[in-house]
Amino acid sequence: MSVVATRAYDFPAQDVRENFPAPLLYIGWEDHLMFCAPFCLPLPPDTPFSALATAVLPGIFGYHPDFAKIDWKAVQWFKSGKAWNPDPAKSLAENGLKHKDAIRFRTPGLEGIKGSHA
Amino acid sequence: MDTRVAKKKLGLKERYAAMTRGLAWETSYQSMDEVFPYDKYEGIKIHDWDKWEDPFRLTMDAYWKYQGEKEKKLYAVIEAFAQNNGQLGVTDARYINALKLFIQGVTPLEYYAHRGFSHAGRAFRGAGASVACQMQSVDELRHYQTETHAISHYNKYFNGMHHSNHWFDRVWYLSVPKSFFEDACTGGPFEFLTSVSFSFEYVLTNLLFVPFMSGAAHNGDMSTVTFGFSAQSDESRHMTLGIECIKFMLEQDPANVPIVQRWIDKWFWRGYRLLTLVAMMQDYMLPKRVMSWKEAWEMYAEEGGGALFKDLARYGIREPAGWKDACEGKDHISHQAWATFYNYNGAAPFHTWVPRDDEQAWLAEKYPETYERHYKPRWDYWREQAAAGNRFYNMTLPMLCTTCQIPMLFTEPGDATKICYRESDWRGNRYHFCSDHCKGIFDHEPEKYVQSWLPVHQIYQGHCFKPGTDPTKEGFDPLLAVLDYYELNVGRDNFDFEGSEDQKNFAAWRGEALPAGGAK
Repeated sequence: MSVVATRAYDFPAQDVRENFPAPLLYIGWEDHLMFCAPFCLPLPPDTPFSALATAVLPGIFGYHPDFAKIDWKAVQWFKSGKAWNPDPAKSLAENGLKHKDAIRFRTPGLEGIKGSHA
Repeated sequence: MDTRVAKKKLGLKERYAAMTRGLAWETSYQSMDEVFPYDKYEGIKIHDWDKWEDPFRLTMDAYWKYQGEKEKKLYAVIEAFAQNNGQLGVTDARYINALKLFIQGVTPLEYYAHRGFSHAGRAFRGAGASVACQMQSVDELRHYQTETHAISHYNKYFNGMHHSNHWFDRVWYLSVPKSFFEDACTGGPFEFLTSVSFSFEYVLTNLLFVPFMSGAAHNGDMSTVTFGFSAQSDESRHMTLGIECIKFMLEQDPANVPIVQRWIDKWFWRGYRLLTLVAMMQDYMLPKRVMSWKEAWEMYAEEGGGALFKDLARYGIREPAGWKDACEGKDHISHQAWATFYNYNGAAPFHTWVPRDDEQAWLAEKYPETYERHYKPRWDYWREQAAAGNRFYNMTLPMLCTTCQIPMLFTEPGDATKICYRESDWRGNRYHFCSDHCKGIFDHEPEKYVQSWLPVHQIYQGHCFKPGTDPTKEGFDPLLAVLDYYELNVGRDNFDFEGSEDQKNFAAWRGEALPAGGAK
């Protein structure tokens, strides 16, 4: 369907890739709702996927007492809600991540403050 | 002797006809369609504009008389409040934060409503509809003024109120109410009426005004109560007009029914999402509670709205598509929203706090299924951390819903442990939503929402810095640069209530000692 209007209705989209210094990536940590929403980050496409765990995520999720307990080998990844197996040695782009993709990770055994998923 | 002849006075009905319908005429040297280009393109078919009913039969002369009397009383109370230092009589300085939210987020909407009704009044070729819209437009402008006037008194004593218009166009959470009204005002005139008169005012306004004004009364804020009463008597008229305009559209032509239904689906959901702010105000921001959001939802939405949609069933209208999900949300949204502002209080010009023990007990009682299980553990943890000098401030920008523009904080229907993620692809780009209903709204009119001014994305595009800011300069702090663009006084307008200037001043004015080591 489309907008009902008095004349042609066609305007540029605000959030296309070209408008940002780097593609946006959305990242959520399952079962940890103390962080009220997933994060939005501009990340260069050649960033190695493994850099998420070592350089990016500690700065944004590190406040949580569960963060230090994460076993990164056991982490389960999801992309657009579906199970997904990224290759940590490859870059974000080589793992198929595009502008405004949403990924999440689940850390089995860690379910937030007193198991409340917070 | 001459006999005195009584001048014939018009009856109420005749007077109404003369002062409203009598104002219209058929154009002669221009076509009606050229003079009124906006009331047909949405597809709504009107066969007889005279069927528009104004149950109040309000005419302009009567309007001035009633409203003039109301204004006199209102300003007398506001002045008395100011002269008697009424700001010292409120329960607690935390209460003032509800007023900050009101002046920042609700008052500018009154101004948008004024503009919207002014436009709709001009767009309708039926004189009854046009006059009703014009008078509502004046109402809304008055509300904007009286609210600003009443709350400006508090601005002399508390932080976070000095720049509401500037913030409305810039600050992240204010894009939620702003986008609601800009979406409505950029629809056609019938869609505007469905969004504001019907979905917002008829179905949802009680949820906004009644708790806010009862909350003000319970917390000793008689100035706000008075503007609330003044506005609420207009709101009752607006609500009645809202239902009448829906019935008018539905009765004029059966082809209007599916169009109106789609608008009801859309605008009920957009209004419900907007009222998330009211939910958290009720459950967390009023030191003396009136009723929980859940109770208010049950009373005003489930009972009142349920009866309304039964009544509209004879026209072929069903309850809004998001109704069931909205009803389920009553157990969750206030807690999720307040936690979000607690997260991002560094960038919000009002204060937040962890609910105190008695308040937590109240929340547990009002939300027996959800509060202790899902929400209390995080508040306890945050309180412990704050007491240890490690108050949680989330410094990374959140993912937003493209439609309602709220951070993706809502959980899945039926599972409060999982964030609800939805997405759509359109013309090679990906868009994200907080719910099936926000996604549905986007999917129906993607051309409109790909223009959404999402605050997080605008910050990353570099549009939320003051002119001349150099992000490549050494030591550049993007968050501080954004707060500078907001013109927010860092350390006064934002951060936790505990330790704030508002808290200290209020205690000093009342000669009270501050609680030692944070409030419990």
